[in-house]
Amino acid sequence: MPLVNTTLGPMDTSLLEKKDGIIDNENENTLWVEYWYEGNLVHRSAHVRLKKAVVCDLVAASF
Amino acid sequence: MANAQAFCSQAKLDIMNGLHAMGASVARAGTTKDSYKAALFETASGSVGAASTVYVTSGEVAGTNYSAGGVAVTTGTAPALDGTTGHFTPSASITFSNVTLATSFDAVMLFNDTSASKLALSVHTFASQTITAGDFTLTMPTNDGTTGLIRIA
Repeated sequence: MPLVNTTLGPMDTSLLEKKDGIIDNENENTLWVEYWYEGNLVHRSAHVRLKKAVVCDLVAASF
Repeated sequence: MANAQAFCSQAKLDIMNGLHAMGASVARAGTTKDSYKAALFETASGSVGAASTVYVTSGEVAGTNYSAGGVAVTTGTAPALDGTTGHFTPSASITFSNVTLATSFDAVMLFNDTSASKLALSVHTFASQTITAGDFTLTMPTNDGTTGLIRIA
């Protein structure tokens, strides 16, 4: 079984309770995953894909 | 072909490449591109944004395997023009590996690590996150004039 890094060291995922979720809006698409062991959060990671760039508008003014 | 008022597209690219100085500038050590870093900022105590001028440690996250100033940004792709829009996007995901960041954070600042004062470039926000013995990864959008991370339109 795959191992995941945790606060207790690498652990077999079959021993852990997995929770995951998605945040999807106009700004981002984020996937997060948590692993719990005996009621304690031992791993949480997140992967954010930014959708909204920062844009600078340059203008040549008229006289 | 008629004359047309415009901010010249090439100038947008030239600004991104440091070729214009309409005010006092700095003596550069060479012609190589600058290095950039990415730092994370806490939701409650961070205050970075449009008014930021330089990288600051105030409000920056702290935790296991996270160093102040964050991580290096990979800039393998030079700024380019897509039509009349200049754009620049880091060429690889930004990853904070095997960190524990217990206090919620919701922003990343990109800043110029080559400049002596660590000039701020941009701030990008996202939903608040915490990380426990895991990775935090920021994946970049497609690098073009429509979705590139930093654009001059």
